[in-house]
Order: sequence, then structure tokens, then C-alpha cells
Amino acid sequence: MLKRSLSLLFMMVVISLLVACGSDSESSNDAADENASNEETDNNSESTGSGEGGTLEIFSWWTGAGEEDGLLALIDLFESKYPDVAVENAAVAGGAGTNAKAVLAARMQGNDPPSTFQVHGGAELNESWVAADMMEPLNDFYEEYELMDKFPEELIDLVSKDGNIYSVPVNIHRGNVIFYNKAVFEDNGISEPTTLDEFMDVLQQLQDAGVTPLAMGDKEAWTATQIFENLLLATLGPDDYRNLWTGDVAFDDDRIVEAAEYFKTILGYVNEDHASRNWQDAAQLVGEGEAGMTNMGDWAKGYFSNDLELETNVDFGYFAFPGTTEDFMVITDTFGLPKGVEDPELVKEFLNVLASAEGQDAFNPLKGSIPARVDADPSKYDEYGTDTMEDFQNSNLTPSLAHGSAASEGFLTKVNQEVNIFVTQQNVEQFIEKLVQAAGDL
Amino acid sequence: MKLTKDQLMAALFLAPSLLLIAIFVYGFIGWTGWVSVSNWNSLMPDMSFAGLKNYLYLFGDYRFQAGIRNTIFFTVLFILSVIVLGLSLAILLDQTKKGNAVFRNIFLFPMALSFVVTGVVWQWLLHPSTGFNRFLQVFGIQPKWYTDTNILAGFQWGSIEFGLPVAIIAVVIAAVWQMTGFSLAMYVAGLTGIDEELREAARIDGATEFQIYRKVILPMLTPITMSVIIIMAHISLKIFDLIYAMTGSGANFVTDVPGVYMFETTFRGNYYANGAAIAMIMLILVAVFIVPYLIHSRRGTS
Repeated sequence: MLKRSLSLLFMMVVISLLVACGSDSESSNDAADENASNEETDNNSESTGSGEGGTLEIFSWWTGAGEEDGLLALIDLFESKYPDVAVENAAVAGGAGTNAKAVLAARMQGNDPPSTFQVHGGAELNESWVAADMMEPLNDFYEEYELMDKFPEELIDLVSKDGNIYSVPVNIHRGNVIFYNKAVFEDNGISEPTTLDEFMDVLQQLQDAGVTPLAMGDKEAWTATQIFENLLLATLGPDDYRNLWTGDVAFDDDRIVEAAEYFKTILGYVNEDHASRNWQDAAQLVGEGEAGMTNMGDWAKGYFSNDLELETNVDFGYFAFPGTTEDFMVITDTFGLPKGVEDPELVKEFLNVLASAEGQDAFNPLKGSIPARVDADPSKYDEYGTDTMEDFQNSNLTPSLAHGSAASEGFLTKVNQEVNIFVTQQNVEQFIEKLVQAAGDL
Repeated sequence: MKLTKDQLMAALFLAPSLLLIAIFVYGFIGWTGWVSVSNWNSLMPDMSFAGLKNYLYLFGDYRFQAGIRNTIFFTVLFILSVIVLGLSLAILLDQTKKGNAVFRNIFLFPMALSFVVTGVVWQWLLHPSTGFNRFLQVFGIQPKWYTDTNILAGFQWGSIEFGLPVAIIAVVIAAVWQMTGFSLAMYVAGLTGIDEELREAARIDGATEFQIYRKVILPMLTPITMSVIIIMAHISLKIFDLIYAMTGSGANFVTDVPGVYMFETTFRGNYYANGAAIAMIMLILVAVFIVPYLIHSRRGTS
């Protein structure tokens, strides 16, 4: 008798669990709403009387050294202004954002968006969430807080689609930078090249000197794609480089063939074990003087100073990718306002902190990036930072392909694959043909 | 037909797990199959019917062809090595009763690691400019290991060069290092199960030690070899973690496998339908091995 009632009890528990699961997966919509209302009531009970309150969930992939400190500083700043708000740091680690993007896609598709999330300005924002009509326009927000003239116009264009602004940029990284070993350059009497032809000469000089001219770590193909995009920028110039992504310049253009030829030449000067290294391992070769230069976005600066403990402009130097000295390949992290969040006004308060000079100056020195605002306080940044801030205001801003700003992730994945094949096969004709094919996915 | 109380209780107790398996295994296999014939190749779901478009795309795709080639050579080399090494070590252990347990444990230890750990360790051991090559320098040989882009005995087939990718050998070494302990344990168990009297009988009949192994023991180990092949085949056809941690897809996709391609095309490129199609092809590949085995073993028991 006891046995039977026990087993019946067990069955009931199992069945009720199943029913709960079933309703959850059938209508994640309702579940999300339910959660939301639960959270609301929770918060109301926590902060009775204040009128403010609520929860703010900040979604990002900032979990590494430096970037996490920056994010926490931002959250601290926000909490000091809004002590009643419970901030949830929903960062997802791993895969340079790949894991986070997969989680985000699942949540957005299930109508359970975070309050605000990290997204690169450009196609990664516009061609995905904006195109799917899942983001709120922020034009009113920009006007209310008088932000229109606080960011460069070209940057606002990057986070806009059809005249509507969809996110707030918090930082800027530069992709067209070459870092080099000062001692290696000085020993061989080499000066910083500014044109592609000078660059080819420098590569040859370093080769003759018995140094690996260019360190590359393409265990993940985007590092090689980054070299190619900088070559595209150099041969096409900023205007036609931008036109490439709108389809106004075709991928079998002569200047793109030229860029591929340069790419091929450059590949003759890279370290033999490039396929086994990531960008940090490649930067290390430069730090140790085994290689002369490496092309990397300027987050590598933090790696040189903090991890390799090298001194800026003493041990290592930097210059813009030859042929692109007037241009600035922009990688910008931005935050927007998804549709269907529980408290849009609260999210806007956070975006306002994020957009403020105070917020940007709290975040960027720690992250090792420069502020997206034009009026930030230069004294808070190091030598590299102030240099870059000046360049940022005086250059043509162009979106990076390798970091998802220029074209959709789908197109980028295909380009990465073709670049990976090209690095080994070095067949220019076939490469161009494949790029033209992939351009159908633009 | 009337069910007894016992049968009713049994059915009740089985129901939850049957239901869960039906939903979370077969339900999702069905869902994946459905996605694989849809047009869902961007962030937002588009479940309109696409026919076999995604499959056709894959079969013409350079990266997918390379992945299939690598999987074939990886699987063959991996299974052969694991069986030969496992069996040899098991026979050696069988010969010497002293220290048997100690060695068995030493060979089994790598099994306790996850493939990710193995991948990271072997990535450095076989790194062309650090690891093991520092030692080989003494002899003047510098293999490029997993960065080698050569294809042995290659010929043009589809859009790829079909042949043995040299780079895959490095990955096989790491996988064999980890999984040999498993086949060793299986064979040790098999050998202990063979009655000493059989060997005695063979000896009395005048068989040499070598003949005993060839004519008596090896044939008796056949079921074990079958199990090892099946288990290793499903590991190697689905391999993802080892490759992902150790080499990535490699220069010119010499170490790419369908699992890695599926992950990247789905979660980086948002080609959900293509990714689902890769998953279905992998399922079919594994089923080709598993289903005949299941049918065979069911016949054996009933």
C-alpha cells in the first residue's frame, strides 16, 4: 500500500514537471511575460516608495581582462546614479563573442530580449536586428540628450538605417594599425612606410635582414581577412570601399584584383607557422623581435603593454596600415534598445550614462579603447589613446568587414572561408570568382 | 488483452523517460531535419520549404568536401591505430602478470581527460616551432604537423584534392593517445575472459605461442573488436571538441570536420538551414555504422 502511494506521488511530480516544461516551450512568449511580471513585482516589493527601481540586464561578451573592468566601472557609475535599480551583468564568455551572439539570437527569436545588448555598429546591428524590426529607433533619445553633435557624423551613420538611429556607441577601436618592433626597425635603418609600395620594400628589407617581416596568426581566419580588408581600403579608397558593401562596386573590380595580388605578395613574407597561432601569439613574435611587424586592431596595444610589458614608442611602435593613413577602420561597440523590454525608460537612462563623457571616460581607459564621443577628456588616456583620438577626428571612418560592421555575418563567414583557402592556394582568379559568388549574400 | 498490475506500473514508470526521449531526442532530430529543408539561412527563422537546396549546396561546397575527406581519413587511421595499439598493449600486459594493474592504469589515465584538454596539450606538443620539434631539431627534421597543407597521394575530386591530408595525422596522434586506453581495457577484459584451459589444450596439441594467439585468441576477440570499431567510429565521425581546441579548421581546411563546420556556419554565419543539413548528414554517417550493429546485436540476444 505504502509502495503504491509513493509511486503515485512520484508519478504526479513527474507529470506536473512535464506539464510545466510543455507550456514553457510552447509559448516562451507567455513565459517571458510571466517572468517579467514576476520580476516587476519582486522589484516593487524591494524598493517600495522610491518610484524608481526595476531591473536592467546588460548583455555583452566582455569577460576578459580590461574589458570586464571597464564594464564594471560603467555599472558602478550607473548604480551610483540609480541606487534603486538592480543591474544584472549578463555577460557570456568565449569565442570572441560567438557564444554570446548565439545566446542572444536564441533569446531574441524567443521574444525574451535583454534590456540592452552589445553589438558592433554597422551591418551586425542594421542587417540583423534592425532589419528584423526588433529594435526601437533612438532619434528622440539623441535629440533629448543633445547627442547628435557629440559623435562624428560618419559614426552615427554606421548605427543608423533609413534615417533612424538604433544604438549608442560606447567605444572605438581601430583596425588598420600595424604594430612593429622598434629595435628591429632601428637596427635595419627602416622607417615607417606610408604607401603600399613602401610597405613591400620594408617587407623585403626585413626578409633580407633575416627577420620574419610580418607576423600573422590565422588559426582563426579573421586575422587574415583583416589584412585583406585593409588592402581593399588602400586600393579602393574610403568612398569606393564603402560602396563595395552597398553593391555599387563589384567584386571583380580591377582594384580588388590588385588588392588580392598585394595580399598574395604579403603572404610570402609571413611566419611559416601562421596557421598554428592566434593573434596574441603573432604579436608575441613582434614583441620578442623575431618578427618585424603585425597587423592587428588596436586592442593589441593592451596586449603589448599589459601582457608583454613593453613600453609604447620605446619597445614597440605603431603606424596606420600603409595606403590607409588618412582612414580609420572603425570597430565600435554599441548598445541599443530592443523592442518589448519591460522598462524602456530605464534602458534609456542607462544608454544616457553610456553616452555621457563621464561614462565613456570611465569605460574606455580600462578597456584600452578610445571614446566614441568627440569631447572626451584626453588627459584620461595614454599616449596611444590620445594619438588615436586625434586620428579618429581627422580621418575618413570606414566600417570593418572582419568585425561585422561592413557586411552581414553570413557574408563574412563565407569571406573568411575563401580567405582561409586563399592563404594556402594563393589563386587570385579563383579567389575573386568566389568573392563574386559570395556577394550574392551581401 | 488484460494488463497485469506489474505491467501497468512498468508502463507508467517508463512513460516519462519515453516521453522525454521522444521530445528531446527524436523530436529535435525531426525538427533539425525540417530546418535542413527550409530557407532559414539568416538570423530570423524562415521555415518555407527549400527542398534539397541546402544539401546540394553542401555537396558542391569546398569546405564540406574537405571536411568529409578529412573525416574519412581521420576515422580510418584512428580506428586502425586504436585497435592495433590497444591489442598489442593488451597482449603485452597479458604476457606479464607483474605490474599488470599499474600499467593498465597508466594507459587508462588519458581517458579521464576531456578531449578539450587533450587538444590544448597536443596543440603545444606538436606546435611546429615550439613543442616536440625542439627535440627533433637534434636530428635535423622539422615536421610541420597540423600546419602542413600537403595532401598525400592527392588527385582532383570535386573541387578538392582528395588524398591523405598530412595535418590530420597530428590530430590522429592526439586522439589515439587519448582513446587507446579504452580499447586496451576492452581487450584486457576479453583476454581475461578466455579460459586458460583453451590455451593449455592448444599447447598440448603442439601449437606455438604465436599460433595460439592467431588461431585461438584473436578469433575469440572478434566481438570485442567489433564493439571497439563501433564505439570509435561514432566518436570519430562526430568529433568536434578535439579539433576545435587543437587546430581549428586549419589552413586550407586540412583539419576541418563537419562538426566544426556545422558550429561555425550555424552560430557565426547564421546559416541555420545549412548547419541543420550538415547535422543530418552526420547523423546518417553515424547511422550507417550503428544501425547494422544494433540489428546484429539484437539478433544475438533474442
